[in-house]
Amino acid sequence: MKVEGKRRIWKDYQKEIADDRYFYVRSCVRQNFFPASEKMFFRILKEELGKDIFENAAHTTCSGIGYHSDVVPFETTMTMVARQFALMTESGYQNFTTSCITSFGLYTEILETWHHFPEVEARVRENLKKATGREFDKPSNLSHASDVIYKFRKEIGEKARYRLVNKQTGQPLRCVEHIGCHYSRMFPGKGVGGAEYPYVLAGMIEEWGGEVIDYPERRHCCGFGFRQYLIQANRGYSLSCSKKKFDSMAPYKPDLILTNCPGCPMFLDRWQYTLSEMEGTTYGENGQGIPVLTYEELAGLVLGYDPWDLGLQVHQVPAEPLLDKMGIPYDSNRKFLNRDGQSMGRPKAPSFLKFY
Amino acid sequence: MDPQVIIIGAGIAGLTAAGALAEKGHHVLILEKEAQPGGHVAQWDRLFPSRRPGSEVLDHIRKIMDGRVEIKPGIRINGIIAHDQDFTVLTEEGTSYTGQALLIASGFRLFQAERKEEYGYGIYDNVITSAEVETVFKQGKKLLTSKGTLPQRVALIHCVGSRDEKVGNLYCSKVCCVTGVKQAIEIKEQLPQCEVFSFYMDMRMYDRHFEELYFEAQKQWGVQFIRGRLSECSEAPDQSLIIKTEDTLTGRPLRMIVDLVILLVGFVPEPETGKLVEMLGLSTGEDGFILPSDEHYNDNLTTVPGVFLAGAVKGPATISNTIADARAAALQIDSWLKTKP
Repeated sequence: MKVEGKRRIWKDYQKEIADDRYFYVRSCVRQNFFPASEKMFFRILKEELGKDIFENAAHTTCSGIGYHSDVVPFETTMTMVARQFALMTESGYQNFTTSCITSFGLYTEILETWHHFPEVEARVRENLKKATGREFDKPSNLSHASDVIYKFRKEIGEKARYRLVNKQTGQPLRCVEHIGCHYSRMFPGKGVGGAEYPYVLAGMIEEWGGEVIDYPERRHCCGFGFRQYLIQANRGYSLSCSKKKFDSMAPYKPDLILTNCPGCPMFLDRWQYTLSEMEGTTYGENGQGIPVLTYEELAGLVLGYDPWDLGLQVHQVPAEPLLDKMGIPYDSNRKFLNRDGQSMGRPKAPSFLKFY
Repeated sequence: MDPQVIIIGAGIAGLTAAGALAEKGHHVLILEKEAQPGGHVAQWDRLFPSRRPGSEVLDHIRKIMDGRVEIKPGIRINGIIAHDQDFTVLTEEGTSYTGQALLIASGFRLFQAERKEEYGYGIYDNVITSAEVETVFKQGKKLLTSKGTLPQRVALIHCVGSRDEKVGNLYCSKVCCVTGVKQAIEIKEQLPQCEVFSFYMDMRMYDRHFEELYFEAQKQWGVQFIRGRLSECSEAPDQSLIIKTEDTLTGRPLRMIVDLVILLVGFVPEPETGKLVEMLGLSTGEDGFILPSDEHYNDNLTTVPGVFLAGAVKGPATISNTIADARAAALQIDSWLKTKP
């Protein structure tokens, strides 16, 4: 494989990412799946990088899940998105940053639609005005939160307390990067690195000392793909997608999987447990799984935040093997304590997946 | 003495036209950007459909013009001035050449396969182009994988950069289908144990003996033709390639492991020709190739009197079409010079 070939492509897909004053919109589901990730994004931007980031409590779903599941019509979705832009405008911000990949894809799709069909934008403005009395400016810059972390990957790297290097061997950790489908597949030019070889997560891994693995099913869906999961009868397909990816990446012996979508880390993490229970198969070494992290969690680990404050204890695949490799200390006794130091209860150990 | 005709491009179009004009007694000068004349054909091994050596055709064309036509290689044109009765071509080297007629025969460029990012050319070691296969055969070498082993399975991918809205090329490049059939047979000749698969949209076997060659590939050589476009290509740990496509005749997705992927790259307009178009105020079609003044009656003429066209500057063309077209252009130029006041 010739990495220079990828670098040539990456050069063609560099996007402008605002460097301050972000209006941040959360994901519908990430706080349940990975409870500290969005909070960590705030902390990194405010406390580590000294940036202005703001969110409006009136923000609601963008309706992306409903839209992609054919439950919410595009017209309704556009009006809801227009309302989010109105919240940004009312808050005095212009740089719109989304936590969710599907939201990012949807905002991109809607802005592109309005660009090509101004009459649609005019109609949506009218609908929003009638329904809520609100008006809005379109964002001057739209980014996904992983774009922002990518933009500041060097600054984070300079503050790093731990690097993506195996402390025992000195070798770079082998990292799988998995990009959410809605990040750049619809609009390659809107994602760092394009659609085929996205660089947004690979850039973080490289900067923080790791090695990126390219494996045959790299582009394959994680298994979420709304219809595959939301329709219960299709869940076997969801699982088979994830299995296909694990089988494909396992020969490369990855130390971690890094993701930038709400659904991907959820499914790549939880389905490892499901597959181990169904088939007795685990994909890491010695019965371990392959830890799956969000980019905020990884940035938090690199910066030296406590793994339990990052919420790694709610992952189905234990993160301890990764922490040990990176040389990150952790207190196993604190793993299942809540913020007040009270026990949250210890989950039942899986049958095959190694539990800590 | 100034030449009567300046030809831009010493590929088969330029050389053929030069020979025909010289035979009629005209003084011809060819300006070529490369160090050697011969254009793309000079790089190719055997030609479809007969598989005669490309050098044979080139030698024949050269014989007609040798000693009668002057060729200036390594020339970069940076200006053309149209006067009342003639044209002056200015070069980056500071020289200038003046002639009464100008023939643009600057050909085409092969589609840059890197642009089909999902196919991994320039990234995966065993993804190569049809042009590279020609080079291997021309050098008398065996077609090998990047590890130097004999490929057991080869996939030829048709329409790379052609009939593809995603890369902005809606046109058919005309020669890739039959080139794919020819190369499939040549691979089987060289490596009888190798399985060869061709992934196509339509097999456009429009010209004489093309269909026969297509039949020969299937019946005699066992080449497997699968109707479906490649969706993506990835590299396995052993550097073999995993390709995903759809067999659109059975309506089933297909995943296959092959040792070598050959991309049949199409024609795109030569960027240098774009500069000539600007200098002379010519027009191009949506495909970027130069438009003649009339596609039926004046296919070798442009809207600028004294400026003529030949060959693949007007779009993808076979070698035999190009030779015929260049001869037609020579006749048009000859008549124009004779009737010129």
